[in-house]
Amino acid sequence: MKTVARIALNVFKESVRDKVMYYLVMFAVLLIGGSMLLAQVTGGQDVKIIKDLGLAAISLFGLFMAVFIGIGLVSKEVERRSIYSLLAKPITRPQFILGKYAGLVLTLTIHVTIMTAALYVVLAVYNEWTIPEVKKIWEAPALDPALVKATFLILLELALVTAVALLFSTFSGPMLSAAFTFGLVIVGHFNADLKNFDAIVESSAVVWIARVLYYALPNLASFDVKSDVVHGLAVTWGFISLSTAYAVVYTGTILTLAMLIFARRDFK
Amino acid sequence: MFTSRKGLIGALAAASLFAALSVVVQMERDRRYATDRPAEEVMYVQSPEIMKRLVLSYDAIAADLYWIRAIQHFGRERHSIAPERRYALLYPLLDLATSLDSRFNLAYRFGAIFLSEPPPGGPGQPDQAIALLEKGIKAMPHKWQYYQDAGFVNYWARHDYAAAADWFLKGTRIKGAPFWMKSLAAATLTKGNDRSAARLMYTAMLESGETDFIREDAARRLRQLDALDEIDALKALIRRYREHAPAGQRLTWQALGDAGLLRSVPQDPDGFDLLLDPVTGDVRLNPDSTLGALWMDNRDAVSSAKPSTPPAPVPWPSPIGSPPLLGSSPLLGPEPPLPAFGS
Repeated sequence: MKTVARIALNVFKESVRDKVMYYLVMFAVLLIGGSMLLAQVTGGQDVKIIKDLGLAAISLFGLFMAVFIGIGLVSKEVERRSIYSLLAKPITRPQFILGKYAGLVLTLTIHVTIMTAALYVVLAVYNEWTIPEVKKIWEAPALDPALVKATFLILLELALVTAVALLFSTFSGPMLSAAFTFGLVIVGHFNADLKNFDAIVESSAVVWIARVLYYALPNLASFDVKSDVVHGLAVTWGFISLSTAYAVVYTGTILTLAMLIFARRDFK
Repeated sequence: MFTSRKGLIGALAAASLFAALSVVVQMERDRRYATDRPAEEVMYVQSPEIMKRLVLSYDAIAADLYWIRAIQHFGRERHSIAPERRYALLYPLLDLATSLDSRFNLAYRFGAIFLSEPPPGGPGQPDQAIALLEKGIKAMPHKWQYYQDAGFVNYWARHDYAAAADWFLKGTRIKGAPFWMKSLAAATLTKGNDRSAARLMYTAMLESGETDFIREDAARRLRQLDALDEIDALKALIRRYREHAPAGQRLTWQALGDAGLLRSVPQDPDGFDLLLDPVTGDVRLNPDSTLGALWMDNRDAVSSAKPSTPPAPVPWPSPIGSPPLLGSSPLLGPEPPLPAFGS
């Protein structure tokens, strides 16, 4: 575990030095701040659009970070040939994969926390400017603690996407890994259509295959509670627990595959 | 070349010159070859199902952007100097916004207002407004406000008072609906001249009202309906009188009494004398009457009933213009004692 932690910390330090990450976070924070300007033209939906834009920015920029850093986690080490010196040390290949994964998830957690804090600051300022009569008609308060539930689920989704990006990184180059990862992200949001294939297709074999794919592919749409939170609908702890369990189990599956592929890969 | 100070100044000067020249050339090009056709607003994707797929899990923010676009489109068309304002994209934009976020409350409510606004201020599409609100009701059946809005669209845009009352009544069945919606339904029926249905509704409210205010208001509304009925009867009486009266005869209660058509000066249910226009023969409620204002049948002018505020005094005699007031009299009730006319 210590080895994994050291590798994770090293990945975190490397990503902190990466200017691209800074620019992405800065741009996200600017976008969240700029939502206050956009809120002026919504005809009364100001706090809704600030929350919608804020959560969308956290999700989108987090996704970019997860994919573009995740796809290079292993492939960069292979391209730079630093993988040889790393594996010569008393580090097992599974430890290497786990450490890389943990480091990027730690980075993502820090960045998502920064962006969430920025969103709350903007909402706090807006809340201060708004008269009480207008606040009464809001579906949820500006400084709604439920926003943290939404960002937590976003983080779970990003952790899962990071695992997928890392998996592809173990056996293919950055471009292909990016394409596969984004492809899987898109498929992950349309998962529900696979479940309901029997409504549009008569062939039982196709329905069966679709059902298998529904369970095999990551179901990312289930982590999306942004709209519910913004509209003040309850997101239960039971739902969050099950989503967390799903993320942990599915990520475990992906990481196990990644470790297996990486362990059997010949770098000669 | 650009590393020295002179080089730097020269480079900045050259860049500024090029920038200024590009502006001048652009202006000249626009002056010579400007097109008259204004840019048309285009909506490439109008299908909600396709858009839901395209936006992945960012449907809420996409809905917000379509809502902003709908507001901008409505405002641009409304302030346009073009002779014909089509608002062609308003409903598709609202449909997309509410499909992407089915709980977008403001898009349903304000969208219905925008759509039902008559030309030239709006597209004048109450059918689309009702369709949007029905979509909202399907997504959020607990929202009594949408029933209220649908009622108002029928009231103001279609002048279909029966349909408006029907919507208000449906809204009263939603949990949390305010008590006054039933009163609104009944009043709308009165406006639509369906007094019997309004009377049934007010009677029910009188018998089952949860608070004293509801019961008292229902009782007052029933007295107002009585007043309407009695004024209609008086008007019919006056028409019969005028058919046989000498030409130029001033219409007064006294004259009607002398003709044997009335036993006393007609009064409203609250005991105030009704007023008779001697020229036109119209019968009106006394401005001091405590019955308050009422919707007049077959008139578009609406005044809200204010039970505790006396209505504005109507100059007398005057041509009958704006209505608001009605009263009732015991004309059809038991015989009152005969007062002295003119006293």
